[in-house]
Amino acid sequence: MAERYEIRFSGAGGQGLITAGIILAEAASIIEGKQAVQSQSYGPEARGGASKSEVIISDAPIDYPKATVVDACLAMTQEAADKYAVGIKDGGVLLLDDDMVPNTPEGDYKVIRIPIMRTAKEEIGREIVANVVALGAMIALTDVVSREAGETAVLNKVPEAFKDLNKKAFNLGFEKVKKLMN
Amino acid sequence: MAKKVALLQGNEACAHGALYAGCSFFGGYPITPSTEVAEVLSGELPKIGGKFIQMEDEIGAMASVIGASLTGAKALTATSGPGVSLKQELIGYACIAETPCVIINVMRGGPSTGMPTGPGQSDVMQAMWGTHGDHAAIALVPASCQEIFSETVRAFNLAEKYRMPVQVLYDEIVGHMREPVEFPEPGELEVIDRTAPSVGPEAYKPYDTSFGDVPPLAAFGSGYKYHVTGLNKAEDGFPTTKADLVDAEERRQISKVKNPTALADIESNEEYLTEDAEVIIWAYGSTARSSRYAVNELRKEGIKAGLFRPITLWPFPEKRTAELAKQAKAIVVPEMNLGQMILEVERVAMGACKIAGVHRVDGEPINPGQIIAQVKEVL
Repeated sequence: MAERYEIRFSGAGGQGLITAGIILAEAASIIEGKQAVQSQSYGPEARGGASKSEVIISDAPIDYPKATVVDACLAMTQEAADKYAVGIKDGGVLLLDDDMVPNTPEGDYKVIRIPIMRTAKEEIGREIVANVVALGAMIALTDVVSREAGETAVLNKVPEAFKDLNKKAFNLGFEKVKKLMN
Repeated sequence: MAKKVALLQGNEACAHGALYAGCSFFGGYPITPSTEVAEVLSGELPKIGGKFIQMEDEIGAMASVIGASLTGAKALTATSGPGVSLKQELIGYACIAETPCVIINVMRGGPSTGMPTGPGQSDVMQAMWGTHGDHAAIALVPASCQEIFSETVRAFNLAEKYRMPVQVLYDEIVGHMREPVEFPEPGELEVIDRTAPSVGPEAYKPYDTSFGDVPPLAAFGSGYKYHVTGLNKAEDGFPTTKADLVDAEERRQISKVKNPTALADIESNEEYLTEDAEVIIWAYGSTARSSRYAVNELRKEGIKAGLFRPITLWPFPEKRTAELAKQAKAIVVPEMNLGQMILEVERVAMGACKIAGVHRVDGEPINPGQIIAQVKEVL
């Protein structure tokens, strides 16, 4: 893998994007043995409004712990897309919630759209798992960790009663992106 | 068996490092961005028979830490700059009463309340001078979550070994970011306990220098009774104004840390590509991580850059900094303040090379690009 791969999850505060970042960092570091650093917007910025969580993954030790040029970015809201899609590197990828982000921010990157919130609400019945749908989608899009590592990290994080729900959410997100890419 | 590895925030790693070192008391008052240290210990200390107390304020918290230490406990508090400001009186008390304790300062900006949720490195001079009177200070500045774990252990070791308060400073960036942290096995990292008295309660004197610059410390509650005061004291712990005793005490409290043997024991630095470096980036904490990135970028362009990273910030690494100043054409000092450690670098460099700072206090980290630009400017 590249020396340094940077992923940004952005959306509204409370959508579980920090958790999505933590799960991805755990999949990369604890399960796959890579180096990972996770950080997030903090304080007033993180309560409502646009919020972000960043994960840097590398085979080598990671020095600068914040994003420099982002390889892949998720935006769950229009506000987050407008604020955080800047900084995606040329040839990078932007994953958008198809319903929530009507206007695609312009840039030299590939844009993939899937209905993240709608999938969580209508196909799983719980909006709360939208972050796990998004995580599955990001892993399908980037291959930054394996599908199995991602799923295991999700299941390690959630209580027994919610494992099936989250497993379904992760795999729906993963498959929707894979279908678009084929 | 594979070692336990967990993805931890810097603050969580600090709490686990304290537990590894044998910390059994935390007295604190919550403050951003340090609160997770207290949060973890409030859950963990009761499980091992330790005590967690949230005091009425930061001053009370520091007092509780000194009191707990005098009963033999390894005692900790965690705060941020505003909390350290309030603790300063009692930090001085811990210095003169020679009481081991550890103070974590997760730095934000300032002065006063500043910007609680942003990172800063503007308390580094406070760590040395933040209490009145002549005194020694030890301050450690880890740069990663793993290092926060191990430096917290080392802070307890130094506090116990030299009978004094030791501060660990890191900024909000390292305090709140998460990295995989490997838990060392018991015995893998050295854990030092204070020297207990070798004489019985009748013959015990708490500041008896016939045992060396760091006299053994008895635990209250173990049968030893002695006097503790913030006044200059004689070896029995009672106040004195005798000129020779006061002079000797004042000098010993500094020499116990600044004698060559102690300095060699306390100092800790990391160097990266300094051997042939024409420009040294002198950086600590999270800023050193940006600096290492900058060194790699500069080397790609053929500029011979190297990184000097103090892990022990106080006592100041005078000898090595002076050597590097003679070797290099320039030293660049990036820090998230408006110029603090750069003054010390200038002091010991004594004009041997050019020195330039990179300063940022807007709540954003210093990025590698800013450091690279300053290196090119100064060369």
